[in-house]
Amino acid sequence: MNATTEIAEATHTLAVLVDDEPGVLARVIGLFSGRGYNIESLTVSSVDTAAHLSRITIVTTGTPLIIAQIKAQLGRLVPVHSVHDLTLEGPHLERELALIKIRNVGEHRIEALRIADMFRARAIDSTLESFVFELTGSPSKITAFVELMSALGAIEVSRTGVVAIARGSNLDMPVFSTLEVNRKKAKQPAGKKAQKKV
Amino acid sequence: MATPRTPHTRKPDAQMNGAAIILKALQDQGVEVVFGYPGGAVLPIYDEIFKSNRIRHILVRHEQAAVHAAEGYARSTGKVGCVLVTSGPGATNAVTGLTDALMDSIPIVCLTGQVPTHLIGNDAFQEADTTGITRPCTKHNYLVKDVTRLADTIHEAVYVATTGRPGPVVVDLPKDILFAEGPYYAPNGNAHPSYKPQVKGDESAIERAVDLLAKAKRPIFYGGGGLINAGPKASKLYAELVRLTQAPTTLTLMGLGAYPSQDRQFLGMLGMHGTYEANLAMYNCDVMINIGARFDDRVTGRIADFSPNSTKVHVDIDPSSINKNVVVDLPIIGDAANVLEQMIKVWKAKGYKANAKPLEKWWAQIEKWRERKCLAFTEDTSIIKPQHAIKRLYELTRDRDTYITTEVGQHQMWAAQYFGFEEPNRWMTSGGLGTMGYGLPAAMGVQIAHPDSTVIDIAGEASYLMNIQELSTLAQYRLPVKSFIVNNQWMGMVRQWQELNHGGRYSESYSESLPDFIKVAEAFGGVGLRAETVDQLDDVIMEMLETDRFVLADIMVKKDENCFPMIPSGAAHYEMLLGPDDKAELETSENGMVLV
Repeated sequence: MNATTEIAEATHTLAVLVDDEPGVLARVIGLFSGRGYNIESLTVSSVDTAAHLSRITIVTTGTPLIIAQIKAQLGRLVPVHSVHDLTLEGPHLERELALIKIRNVGEHRIEALRIADMFRARAIDSTLESFVFELTGSPSKITAFVELMSALGAIEVSRTGVVAIARGSNLDMPVFSTLEVNRKKAKQPAGKKAQKKV
Repeated sequence: MATPRTPHTRKPDAQMNGAAIILKALQDQGVEVVFGYPGGAVLPIYDEIFKSNRIRHILVRHEQAAVHAAEGYARSTGKVGCVLVTSGPGATNAVTGLTDALMDSIPIVCLTGQVPTHLIGNDAFQEADTTGITRPCTKHNYLVKDVTRLADTIHEAVYVATTGRPGPVVVDLPKDILFAEGPYYAPNGNAHPSYKPQVKGDESAIERAVDLLAKAKRPIFYGGGGLINAGPKASKLYAELVRLTQAPTTLTLMGLGAYPSQDRQFLGMLGMHGTYEANLAMYNCDVMINIGARFDDRVTGRIADFSPNSTKVHVDIDPSSINKNVVVDLPIIGDAANVLEQMIKVWKAKGYKANAKPLEKWWAQIEKWRERKCLAFTEDTSIIKPQHAIKRLYELTRDRDTYITTEVGQHQMWAAQYFGFEEPNRWMTSGGLGTMGYGLPAAMGVQIAHPDSTVIDIAGEASYLMNIQELSTLAQYRLPVKSFIVNNQWMGMVRQWQELNHGGRYSESYSESLPDFIKVAEAFGGVGLRAETVDQLDDVIMEMLETDRFVLADIMVKKDENCFPMIPSGAAHYEMLLGPDDKAELETSENGMVLV
C-alpha cells in the first residue's frame, strides 16, 4: 500500500469525445465523484451538431495507475467514443478564457490597465470605478493576471476551464458532419416553419 | 435520446403503439419471460401483454425480487433476464437488484415506467428521477422521449446488457410514449457507434502468457465469474488448458462450477473463506493466470502481501478491471472463451508439454497443504452442524439435476465450501454486493427457466425473511423450489465478526421472534419440514427432494458455529485461521478493523 501512495501524482489533461445526449455529463461527473477521483477543471461543449458529438476536456490529478483507471472507466461508458490523454500523447495546447471584473479608483486603475496591456487582456466594459477584462491564455497566465489584479482592487472572476488540443497535423478526434450539413442547409429553400413565421 | 443518433433511412417493418413495439422488440431479441409488477405508468404494456401471447409474465411480490429472479434466470441460462416495473417506487425498489447485477456482471434489461414526458420534473404522482437514481447502478440507462427511437433503444439495451462485461440496463419509458403510434424496426445488426467491447485477445500478449505458463515452476490458474459469463464453452476450454498444463486451479465464489469440483487439479475456492491449499498456492506461486476474476478484496486479503513473488497474467473483458486493485505484469483484454482458445492454440502450436519435474515438486507441496484438511470439522452426534447439513444435502443431490442459490452470510460460505459443482451455471449467489434476500427470488427465476430440475435455495433464517413474500409467487406458478434454511437463530456472519472483532458484544444480531417456518410454508400453500437432530437430517432432505411442491426445510443447526477457514480482514493469505483453536492467535490489525 505504501509503495503506491509514494508514487508521485501528476496532472493530466484528458480529451473525451461523447454522444451529445441528456445525462452524458452526469455520467462523467458521477464517475469521478463516485470513485473518488479529482476534477481540477472540466469543460464541455457540442462540437458536431449533426452527429451529436460533444467534446469534454478534463484536467485531473493522480498516480499513473489512477490516471489509467480513470481512462479505462471513462472508456467503458457507453456514450463515450474516445478518450485521449493529451499529457501522455505528446505536445498539446491548453487555453482558457477568463472575464475579470475589478473595482478600484485612482492610480490603481491606471496600473490595472497597464498590466492588462502587458497580458494582452482587453477591457470590454468600463465604469468610472470598474473594468471588465477579457483574457485568454494558459491557465497559469490567467492565474498570474488574477493575482496581480487582486492586489489592485476588489475583483470578481469567471473562468471557462481548460480546453485543449494536440499540436501537429494529426486529427485524433475528428468531427465530420457539421460543415456538410451546413452546406446542405444553405442549398435548401426556407422550410415550412420559417414560412409560417413570416 | 430526444434526437435520433442516426436518421432512419430504413423503412419501418410496421406501425404500432409504443407498448406493442416494446413487446415485439423483446420477442425479436429472444426474450421469453419477463419478471414484473404492474402499476399506473406501465399499464399500456400490461394491456399489451394481456392482448398478445408473446411473452410470459411472472408476477412477483416485490420489485427487488423481480430483478433477483431475472438474475437467477440469466445466470442459469446465459440469456438476458428481463424485468418490468412501474415508475417511482417500482423503480426505486428495483435498485438493490440492479446494483447486485452490476456488481456480479449479470445481463439484465429492466423496463421502468415513467410519468408522461410533459410531467417529468413536476413531482408528479409516482415520479422518480429513475435515470438519475440508476445511473451509478447500471451499465447504462436510457430515457425514451421519442417513439421513433423506441425499437432501436430496446434492441440496443439488450445488446449492451449482454455483450462485453454484462450488466444491468434500464430503459425508462414515459407513459405517453407507450401510447404513441410509432414505427417498429427489427434488429438490424449494425455496429454500435461508440460501444465496442474488445473480445479477441492481443496475439503477442497471448503468446507471452503461454510462454510464461510453459516455463512456470509453480503455476496457478485463478478463474472467476467471467468464465461463467463467457458461456459453457469457456469453462470447457478452461478445463482443457488447465489439464494441458497440469497446473492447479482455484476459483472465486463467482467462478464455482467453471472447473469440476471433484477433479484432482481443483484446490477449492480461494479468499477469505477459501481453502488453505488454494490460498497458500496463490501466495507461493511463480506464475498466476487470472481469467475473468477481478482481484476482489475478499480474494486478495492484504494487498501488500498478495502473491508477492509471482508474475501475474490477467485476462478480462473489462479494461477497467486491469490494475485496479493489483498491478499485473501482463494484461490481456478479451472474452475468456476467445482468449482461452487462442492460448490453447499457441500451446499446441509450440508443442509445449507440462513442465513435469518442477510441477511434481509443486504438487507435492500442495498435497502437504491439502493434508491439513482445512474443511474438516468435528461432527456432533445429536446437534446438526451446519457444515454437515450442507455436506449431506450435496451428497443426497449428487445424482440429480440440481441448481443452487444462496442468501448471504455463513450459510453462503458453507455452501461454497461443502457443495461441489461440476459444471457452470449451477450456482447462483450474490457475490459482489452481498445482498441478503437474494436466494429465494433467484431460485424462483432458475425454476422458471428449468421447470423439471431441482432448485434449492440454501438460506439462513435472517436473510430468508428479507424476501419471504415471494413464497406467494412460488405458490401462484407452482414452482417446486426447495428452501434449505440453515437456521442458527443468529445473523451468523455478523455474530462471528462480533465474536472475533468486537469482544463478543452481540449487538442486535440475534434472530428474535422468528416465525414457525413450517406454518409459514403451510400458510403460503407449501410444505414445511424440520430437522432438529442429526438422525432426522437425511429423512428431511429426502422428503424435501421428493415433494413436488415448494418446501421450506427448517434445519436447526448448532447456533454458535463459526465459518472457517478464515483470513481475518486486513491479513494476508498465509495468516489464515484454520479453526476455532486458531482463535487465540487472532488479533485483527487496526487497519483490518476498518475493512468491511
